Amino acid sequence: MSFAALCMLSTAAAAEGPKAGGVVNAVIQPEPPSLMMGLVQNGPTQMVAGNIYEGLLRYSPKLDPLPGLAESWTVSEDGKIYTFKLVKGVTWHDGKPFTSADVLFSIDFLKQTHARARGNLVQLDKVEAPDESTIVFTLKQPFGPFIGIFEVGSLPMIPKHIYEGTDFKTNPANNTPVGTGPFMFKEWQKGSFIRLVKNPNYHVKGKPNIDEIYWHVIPDAAARSVAYETGKVDVLPGGSVENFDVPRLSKLKNTCVTGAGWEFFSPHSWLWLNNRSGPTANKKFRQALMFAIDRNMAKDVVWNGLGKVATGPSGSAIKYYTGAVPKYDYDPAKAKALLKEAGYNGEKVRMLPLPYGETWQRWAEMVRQNLQDVGINVEMIATDVPGWNQKVSEWDYDVAFTYLYQYGDPALGVGRNYVSSQIAKGSPFNNVEGYSNPEIDKLFADGAVAFPDAAREEIYAKAQKILVEDVPVAWMLELQFPTITRCSVKNLVTTGIGVNDGFRDAWIEK
Amino acid sequence: MISFIAQRIAKAIVVLLALVVLNFFLIRMAPGDPALVMAGEAGAGDQVFLAQLREKFGLDQPLPMQLFLYVKGILSLDLGFSFRQQMPVATLILQRLPATLLLTGTAFAISLAFGILFGALAARFAGTWADTAITVAALIFYATPLFWVALMAILLFSVTVDWLPSFGYETVGANYTGLAHVLDVAAHLILPATTIGLFFMATYARMTRASMLEVNRLDFVKTARAKGLSDTVIQRRHVLRNALLPVVTLAGLQAGTLVGGAVLTETVFAWPGIGRLMYEALLQRDYNLLLGVFVVCSAMVLAFNLITDLVYRSVDPRIEFAS
Repeated sequence: MSFAALCMLSTAAAAEGPKAGGVVNAVIQPEPPSLMMGLVQNGPTQMVAGNIYEGLLRYSPKLDPLPGLAESWTVSEDGKIYTFKLVKGVTWHDGKPFTSADVLFSIDFLKQTHARARGNLVQLDKVEAPDESTIVFTLKQPFGPFIGIFEVGSLPMIPKHIYEGTDFKTNPANNTPVGTGPFMFKEWQKGSFIRLVKNPNYHVKGKPNIDEIYWHVIPDAAARSVAYETGKVDVLPGGSVENFDVPRLSKLKNTCVTGAGWEFFSPHSWLWLNNRSGPTANKKFRQALMFAIDRNMAKDVVWNGLGKVATGPSGSAIKYYTGAVPKYDYDPAKAKALLKEAGYNGEKVRMLPLPYGETWQRWAEMVRQNLQDVGINVEMIATDVPGWNQKVSEWDYDVAFTYLYQYGDPALGVGRNYVSSQIAKGSPFNNVEGYSNPEIDKLFADGAVAFPDAAREEIYAKAQKILVEDVPVAWMLELQFPTITRCSVKNLVTTGIGVNDGFRDAWIEK
Repeated sequence: MISFIAQRIAKAIVVLLALVVLNFFLIRMAPGDPALVMAGEAGAGDQVFLAQLREKFGLDQPLPMQLFLYVKGILSLDLGFSFRQQMPVATLILQRLPATLLLTGTAFAISLAFGILFGALAARFAGTWADTAITVAALIFYATPLFWVALMAILLFSVTVDWLPSFGYETVGANYTGLAHVLDVAAHLILPATTIGLFFMATYARMTRASMLEVNRLDFVKTARAKGLSDTVIQRRHVLRNALLPVVTLAGLQAGTLVGGAVLTETVFAWPGIGRLMYEALLQRDYNLLLGVFVVCSAMVLAFNLITDLVYRSVDPRIEFAS
């Protein structure tokens, strides 16, 4: 190859590289109550504040750990000691240095305020900081998912110098969040927009590329579509528009759509079935439900072909998933036979749709139709979100739509729905269905601490088989919330948490 | 007159307090609480988390105690704290109130001015094609749901011809100042204000028309005609002035709803007003914020009632203040 050709090649490569500058307009829905990630873990809070705060690690779409605030880490051979080396020279947005003391403080802080962090850290025996840039976690026993708990939403780093010795919840700094992330909080006009600006001292050299991000608060789903169509916003994160608008928007000029970036959360939807009383307490009835519901059609019609039919308690993107479980293909005749075996006599079944917009409403109507077709007497109950929360938390339902995140590992986001220690009235995010099986309890307890990974794999495969046979809940779909952007916004979704990982690598083609 | 106003204000305060107590219980009768909503949005929440939130919201206190603390706050003009938004309720409301007043005030002015104008024209040319056109148009705008009018307006003026912005209060990030800023806000204001305005305009037009036709038949109008006054003078000075009384009544009632009445329009146009704040507070069971908006709206309604009574007197001097 001649020298000239080499030159041309390298110019071409340079022309395709990231460009600095530009403003991104994105939609945020609904408006977050606060951007203080340590105190509030709402979806929208995580999406905006994922630019401001950082965790020790990030995760690839395959959920392998990547450097974040920690540049390297080692795990001891017995799986009990995790040693992290922090990136040197990192500063908070107010200029103060970020050190291992902040990590220690953050752990304490989050144990008090962050329900999920509290759960993730149960196996933690102690955490120490031998020097400014080293952190050592010692576990009581090996805890397989431990390496997976360090993303920004699960364990965000909190500035010690701002929060130490204050009442966390009323600290005025909550309204002006300070992190180490690629973007800094600038302005929040409640009801209108949130403005973030580039952090000029960001610890990854040359990043971020983008100067400013405006997050627009637009409460109406149709208006959000229009805002994109008229060019006022460039990024519609997953779930911003109703699903039936996605095909239309996807066809617009200069529009790119991706379903990536949800691997870590793997939103898994199912019907809570009340295992305690009513017809749903009967295993045969629950199996009949699985055969009666045409999940493929729901996927194609309600969700426009997005997502995947769920095969069991674990989503296919998370660790130790197995598809080798009993299958429930759409088969109304089989459903009818099972109903007869179960001795179902036409009792009323109260069904709660998820009050999250049109798509969910339509889905519930479709399932009702499926169930009525096999002779189940369904009564649909209308609620708003707080009403839904209360009915589900108080177990006042027979069948209720829901979807939950899985956080990459069965020990973090799957087990909680099936183990009997998680049965507790008053919260809609535990074992709401009231399923109780000592064998499953043992499998999930063992699976969390089994070592090495091969041992975990075997345990979870067994657990999945038993659960699918028992049908404690009726699994519906692995949801996919497409991110819609102008094609000129490059490199936005690069990790397993997608847009929530912030715009640190994104750039705009001019 | 001063004693009249003082009396009315005293009564208004009693009514307001009664409303506070009533609203307090009404809101708490709805299922669910803010702690559950926040746990829901976070996608996780153990018992500790819920208990912490409930303590923060003051929901762990017995209900009478919560009411006592709230009323005590109101009496010292403190609307409380929105724990969800981490801000005093008064601050949140004051941030949003100007946008709502601008929107509904403009809509009110448009609807009143054009409503009376079209109503008067329809009455003046009663039975002609102009009357029919105005009446039919008014009927259509009255009967069409506001959100649909809003969506159609967006489709036409924002998407198809791209003359007007479809959402927001101003062009975010443009940082206009002075006249440019005023024009920018005005451009954003046109669609939502007209949407609300059309509905009210229709009622005013119908009311003005009916009322003028009624007055036209009265004896003093015949007398005026007999005096040889020109028709325009009769219509304007004798008929319209008398016909306006019911319109003022209606306008007074509607002015009271101006603060809380724009929920749909504010939502569709992403207008950062108080209607949306109220709606979101309701969906999130943000009790303090919701009650705060109710208090402010109720106070507005009472104030507008008082103003309406005063306007009555200036429109018709025969009406006297009851002592």
